[in-house]
This record gives sequence, structure tokens and C-alpha cells, in this order.
Amino acid sequence: MTGAEVGPVEVLTFRAGYNTGVVMAGAAALGAAAGGVGTFLLLRARAMAADAVGHATLPGIVLAFVAAGLLGADGRSLPVLLAGAAATGMLGMAAAEALTRSTRLAPDAAIAIALSVSYAIGIVLLSWVQTLPQGSQGGLESFILGQAAALSASEAVGLGVAALVALAVLLALFRPFGLLCFDEDHARARGWPVARLDAALLALGVLVTVLGLQTVGLVLVVALLILPAVAARFWSERLKGIFWLSIAFGAGGAFLGAAASAVWPRAPTGASIVLALGAVFAASLLAAPRRGIFAEAFRRGTAGWRLRAARALQAGRGYPGAALVGWRRGGRPTARGAAAVARLELWDRCLAESPDALPAGLAWGIDPLPPEALAQLGRRNR
Amino acid sequence: MTADTSAASPFEASGLTVAWGGRPVLWNVDLRLPARGLAAVVGPNGAGKSTLFKAALGLAPVLTGQVRLLGEPVARVRRRIAYMPQRNSVDWDFPVSARDVTAMGLYGRVGWFRRLRRRDLEAADAALDRVGLGNYRHRQIGQLSGGQQQRVFLARALAQQAELLLLDEPFSGIDTASEAAILDVLGELEGEGRHIVCIHHDLRTVAAYFDHATVLNAVVMASGPPAEALAEDTLRRAYDASGLKPRALAAE
Repeated sequence: MTGAEVGPVEVLTFRAGYNTGVVMAGAAALGAAAGGVGTFLLLRARAMAADAVGHATLPGIVLAFVAAGLLGADGRSLPVLLAGAAATGMLGMAAAEALTRSTRLAPDAAIAIALSVSYAIGIVLLSWVQTLPQGSQGGLESFILGQAAALSASEAVGLGVAALVALAVLLALFRPFGLLCFDEDHARARGWPVARLDAALLALGVLVTVLGLQTVGLVLVVALLILPAVAARFWSERLKGIFWLSIAFGAGGAFLGAAASAVWPRAPTGASIVLALGAVFAASLLAAPRRGIFAEAFRRGTAGWRLRAARALQAGRGYPGAALVGWRRGGRPTARGAAAVARLELWDRCLAESPDALPAGLAWGIDPLPPEALAQLGRRNR
Repeated sequence: MTADTSAASPFEASGLTVAWGGRPVLWNVDLRLPARGLAAVVGPNGAGKSTLFKAALGLAPVLTGQVRLLGEPVARVRRRIAYMPQRNSVDWDFPVSARDVTAMGLYGRVGWFRRLRRRDLEAADAALDRVGLGNYRHRQIGQLSGGQQQRVFLARALAQQAELLLLDEPFSGIDTASEAAILDVLGELEGEGRHIVCIHHDLRTVAAYFDHATVLNAVVMASGPPAEALAEDTLRRAYDASGLKPRALAAE
């Protein structure tokens, strides 16, 4: 990477140089893999475990650097550092699991302990290593917040390919993972190797975490795993939909964040990527038509009014605002107002006769009754 | 009609003792369910009924004793057994449709990696049709009524084509149409030679729905035709221990 600043347009259209383009593509592949794995981690409620892994990688990175140096190898070789990261990352998670299983500690407390203690160990090791002659040139602290500028083209290609392999494995195991996340008891009863599937999912999580260390940094890599999946959840009610949307969000966010890092080389890549993903999340939270908070607030806010207005109309009275929405005119209900009252009366009957025929999630008295509930009403009358 | 005792029992427990975290839930349970007819397991809340099923399937820690399903240790016959858990143990917000859940019953036959083909989806749809949910195959499960949710899990058990069905409170909290539909399907399955064991929550309907009843409260208090098993003093012993009075006795 040259020291001169490159314009955003050049960067986004892959005209800022081979290195930059490859790094951005690698980041996109990584984001895609993180989005995919993150979907299942989220549904399996293992997001915090991913955070523990991320933080526990720091001691491993430092130790791998020192060990490589002692053995005469290149301490800054990325595969070496990532191998060390993976080793201690898994140790940290294993420690959290062991704490949960052997004491009465709740999982989140155990993870918090493993996460913070291993990270602290890493920080201490890091400051010690930087007093060593070769340590200060290690650039190891770039693993904390991510520095895509430090990636060479070949390293980026390696990461990208590994990420795509992880994604391929995930696709192959899509159905077993889906079953595991939805109904563990059923899977166990049917003889599926639940423990091994869990281990495979976490192994994929560790892999993606470790791949993301150089780009996003260990502190924020959990966000790369979780944010795309959470944002995708707002838009789809199907597992496949959430999965592919999460991959798209992850790839897009990582791509934009890496691009930002190319335009402003001193900006920490990890933060740029997470901000991009955070924006996607915020947009989803606000704008999603069914699960977004605006939609929810509107539904909830009007539900009380609509119920009270319909009741008032049913009793032959007026209600503030009824004329405004066209439910009442000239002191009597309009066709729409009468329809609202009719709906309310169907609800009265349904709740009195067969309340169990109702699905969850309906606004009582307001939403149209589903056909199966109406059918039950008819049946009772015969 | 051959006597029940000569046919192999599909559900046999001997000396079964199960404890959750040191607290015994099932104590020295000896049980031998008949090969024919719909069998019910009843008892007050917390009596260990769900635990009985879980222990049978290897999902609960067994201290002593054993369970044989279809005459074998469960590990050998898992593929032939369908288990329907209680409704409240499911995450209804999970992004799966009725068809997705039903198709899970086919996973054992489809294997790990193969994509579901049209033939598999048609089998899932056929199971949904059989429980009367043909029009709801694409609905996310949280958008179904309680009875419809139960029927989806029954469809999953149908798709498995299991020989033994263990159903945990299939009739609890559901509408009459679903109750009738489920009962019909269970009757058909029993007629096909499959074995059905249900944990049932309502003492008033046991005699009408089932051919065999077991009263359980940590120990087996009675097991036989409902008229015998649900004798007044048996119920009093079973339910008084937990302080609950069953509705069948409430009128006195």
C-alpha cells in the first residue's frame, strides 16, 4: 500500500491497485463466511462463546510469535500466528465450558471470566514481547483492532479461500445444523451425534474468528459473526432466507469496511467494518416491515385506540378520532366502521367458544380472524 | 384376539430410577405396556411422566434399571421411534415452516448431505395432509394455533414412519378440531400395527380415548385398563401426594 491517499471511487471500483482489490475481496469472502456461521451461532445462542474465543486468541498469537522466533522461523508468518490463535482460542472456550459444567456458574459468567482473564494474559504477554528486540517490529498489536492494510495480497487470497471452504462445509451441514439449533432433544432421540455437531459448529466459529483476526481484530470479530445474522433476522422468517441474507450483509459490510480502510489507511479496519454492519443493523431494526420497531410501534400504538373505538361504535357511541379515519360520519358508523365492529363481534364469539383455535401473535379484536378459527365457529353453530 | 401378554411389549421398564441433579424423579419403575391399543400415562405435574419418556430415549440420566423399546435397547431402534415433546419446550419463533418441521422426520432416511428432493417434500406434504394441515405447509410455526402446532409435530412423527410413537401431552391446551384430528390419526396408526404411548393430562378423557392407563407419581401406582387403573383410591394416593385434586374427584 502506498502512503498516498486513494479516492473512494477508485477503491470501490477496484482501480486502486491489485493489493487493495484482493484485500477487499478477501474481506468480503470472510464476511460471507462469518455471516453464514454467525446465523447458526446466533440460533444456537453461542454468540458470547464466539467473543470468548476472540479474546482468548491474544495469548496464542504472542506465544506463537515467540515460539517461531526461538525456532528460527519467521515469527510474523500469518499461518503460524493464526495457528497459535486457534489453539488458545479453543482453550479459552474449553475453559468456559469446563467452568459451566463443573460449578454452578451460569454460562455467561463463565464466558466473561474466560474472556477477560485470557485477554489480560495476552496483554501482559504482548507488553513483555514488545520489550524484546524483535517484538516491537512484530506488528502484533494490529491483531487487536484489525489492520487490513497489513495484509499482503497472498495472505488475503489465503484467507479468502479458507473462508470459502468454511462456507462450503457449512452448506454441506446445513440440515443437521438446522435440526440441532431447532430441536436438540429430537435430534438426540433420533440418534444424531449432537455433541459432535455442536463441536463442528464451534470449530467453524473458531476458524472464522481466527481468519478474521487480521482484518477485523480480535475485540470486534464477534460483531462480524453476529451483526449480519441479527440484521438478516429482521427481514426473513425462513432459515434459508436468513442464512443467505446474513451472508450478503456480512460480505457487503466487510467489503465496505475494507474499502474505507484503503481510503483512510490509518483507520482501524475492524471498527470500519463493524460500523458498516452496525448501520445495516440499525436500518433493519428501524425499517423492517414486520419486525422493525417502527412497524411494531405503529401496530401497538394503534391497537389500543382501534379496540376502544370499535367498542364505542358497537355501543352506538362515538369515539375521538373515529370520524378522522372514516369509521363514523354524521353520528353513525360508516361501512368501514361497521366492518370493524363486525370483526370485534367475531372475536367476542371466538374467544367465548374456542379460544384454543387462535394462533399467537394476532391483535385480539382487531386483526382478521384466520379461516380455521372462523370454521370452528360455524361448526359449533350446527 | 391373542392376549396382550403373549405379544412383545413395545415399552418395558424394569427397576428404573432417574434423578435430575441428585433429586430422584422416578423410583424403581417397573412397567410393561401392551402391544395393542392406545396407552396413556397419567399423573400429577412433576410426577416424572416426561422424564419416563426421556429416560427411555436416553435423554435423562438413569441411576439404575433399564428400558427396552420394541424389545431392544434404545440405541438399536432409534430410527423406529418417534418422540413428540411437550409444547412449551419448543422455540416457536424459530424460522421454520410447518413443512420444514415435518420434513425433519425424513432426515434419518435422507442422510446428512443430500438435498431434499421433490419426493421428500411430497412425503412431508402428505403427512401434513393426513393431519389436516395441507393448507398450512408454508406457515411459520409460531403463526399456527396450539392445536395446529401439535399436529405439525404429529406430522413429523408420521413422516418418520415410526413403529413406536411417544407423545408428551399431545392433547394439552388445544382446540376441539385438532383434538379430534389427532385422535383419528392415532387410531389409524394403531390400526396399522404401530404402538402409541401418550402422556395425558386430562383424567376425564382417559377412559374414552385410551385402552390402557398407567398412573405414575415417581412410582407406578397402577397399570391396566382405565376402569381398573383409575380406581378412586389409586388416584387419591397419586394426586394427594402432590396436594393436587384431580377434577375427576372434585365433585365429591
